Amino acid sequence: MLIISALITGFGLGSMYALLALGFYITYSVSSTVNFAQGSTMMLGAVLSYTFSVTWGWPVGIAIVMALLVCAIWSVIVERIGVRPFVKRGSDLWLMATVAMGIILENVVLFTFGKDPRGMPPNVLTSEGFYIGDIRVQFLQVVIPVVGLAIAFSLHLFSHRTRYGKALLAVVQNPDAARLMGVNVTVAISAAFAVSGLFAAVAGILIAPLFVVSSSMGTLLGIKAFAVAILGGITNARGVVVAGIGYGIVESLITTLLGSAYTQVLTFGLIILVLAISPHGLFGRAGVNKV
Amino acid sequence: MSISSSSRRWFLVLMAGAVGFLGTGVGVHAAEPVKLGLVAGLSGPSAQSGEAITRGLMVAIDEINAAGGVLGGRMIELVRRDDESSPPKGIIAARELIYKEKVAAFFGGISSPVSLAIVPLANKAKVPFMAEWAAATPITRNGANPNYVFRVSAVDAIVDVKLLQYAHKTFGAKKVGLMLINNPWGESNERGLKEADKTNTDLEIVGVETYESSDVDMVPQLLRLREAGADTIVLVTNAPPGAQVMKSRERMGWKVNVVSHWGISGGRFPELAGPTAGDAHFVQTYSFFGEQSDTGKRVLAALVKKYDSINGPEDIFSPVGTANAYDAMHLIAKAINQAGSTDGDAIRMALENLGKHEGLLKTYNPPFTADNHDALNENDYIMVRFNGNTILPAE
Repeated sequence: MLIISALITGFGLGSMYALLALGFYITYSVSSTVNFAQGSTMMLGAVLSYTFSVTWGWPVGIAIVMALLVCAIWSVIVERIGVRPFVKRGSDLWLMATVAMGIILENVVLFTFGKDPRGMPPNVLTSEGFYIGDIRVQFLQVVIPVVGLAIAFSLHLFSHRTRYGKALLAVVQNPDAARLMGVNVTVAISAAFAVSGLFAAVAGILIAPLFVVSSSMGTLLGIKAFAVAILGGITNARGVVVAGIGYGIVESLITTLLGSAYTQVLTFGLIILVLAISPHGLFGRAGVNKV
Repeated sequence: MSISSSSRRWFLVLMAGAVGFLGTGVGVHAAEPVKLGLVAGLSGPSAQSGEAITRGLMVAIDEINAAGGVLGGRMIELVRRDDESSPPKGIIAARELIYKEKVAAFFGGISSPVSLAIVPLANKAKVPFMAEWAAATPITRNGANPNYVFRVSAVDAIVDVKLLQYAHKTFGAKKVGLMLINNPWGESNERGLKEADKTNTDLEIVGVETYESSDVDMVPQLLRLREAGADTIVLVTNAPPGAQVMKSRERMGWKVNVVSHWGISGGRFPELAGPTAGDAHFVQTYSFFGEQSDTGKRVLAALVKKYDSINGPEDIFSPVGTANAYDAMHLIAKAINQAGSTDGDAIRMALENLGKHEGLLKTYNPPFTADNHDALNENDYIMVRFNGNTILPAE
């Protein structure tokens, strides 16, 4: 029973990591860059959904759509200001620039939203649930993995079965060739960042009722999600999802079976071990530069 | 001619200025205020606690100043500094208060780690440091002699005895699981609870779990305690992580009894924890609800008058911060008068030899002695719980 319960908890948390990590996957697959501030974007999603729905009293549906929209736009801005100028000059400094933009965002939220953590009011997803044996499962704990897997699956279909998806993935292989074939590279990269922002926002909106909403809520989750993305082999969507859920389950099992004192040391230790053995992650392939 | 008359005019102007300057200088000196400091969390997750403490101090200062101040007519002035709940920032703030603002004494905030960091500084500078919230045992019992640190607040070691007694008395607890925040305050209580467990034959501690304030889901920790057979949980943490524990408990559908230290009262616990916030019974030193003493009525009226957001006891967030600070300020003012100066050592000796004092929390007789720098003991604690946003007696 202890293990089943740990699996339920781990599955929920893991789906959250996977969702954030898919944001890293999609921009990396299209442009070989990532928004290191994914955690901050997730925080923005949670803070906005709280502000819109609770503080301003908007209907939940509109609040969610607006939060998603703003996060997508924010990610496009990050790409435009924090990534594109550096990539153009062949510099890797977008890495620091995106981290810096995340810190700026956190501080702006600190000043506007306030330093006081807030709590989402309970809703039907958190107050209702069902039992497996003597373990209660909240509906939200089911919704999170379902949404996560659905997004991962549609992403897979989109990128492998549609013209647009293939065009997006062609960009990273050879931007010049893609351009010659009629793919608008700039728009493709902007779109990838917008989608990564959307994923972060979905994660933020889903986690808000489970957690406290504050400007610092995304920091550690963002780091874990990046670890998950690397672990899954950042260019493999299925790998990223499996790694995310696996990470969540391992984390939860360690806490349940060995105690909370060992959780962080063992999980991060495990990541280093896996990467030492398999540098491209569990499911990644070594990059091949075709000339 | 014109030069000499103009220089004479200048001379007169300068003389007048000098006389005026000396005059005001002497005037300022006669009514020079006595500065007292506060190092507390004024921003961040514990901002409410700093505000609650400030309110208690200010109501007392208003009373003292209206009655003519201290040392024969000197007004008390409060100088506040934000520690952001970070020990290094607390030390910088305390240093500034001691050496730059030259405060006669200063007060602390909710954070035990910050207060513990300030203790050696206060003892070295020989400036009395009064804790009126932070509960870690070694703040006052710090081994220094002479010891310049005093407290009008709960003490972990005594609270821990009380929490276990209450768990057995109210819930019939036999097996207790500890849920402690992973920081020095949590450790202080782990020691205290284990010590209290030795003398308590009614129950035993069956598990100890810790968590970080960034943890989203504490179900795994709670599961371990459930497996260990815990029938009651003792919670030691501040409001946001405490809320995560309550939400995890609700999520897994475990109706275990919860007895908590008072950290959860320092934020928006009912909002953060949701519908089960009221299940946690926690310790307080004072409640503005129920029958009030004359002092209680007076303080409540003063709070309502001074702060627009307060219309009654239900609007006083973090009441212990306000109540403890109110008594602490009066005790310091009394000690300054008894010492007859703002000298730190004289104030310390006066605090150790104050007579009977009618306070808000209780009648202190005496508040402190040379050996005991804690004004409150286990008879001064009450157990309460949240009902919506108000705090109701649970005993």
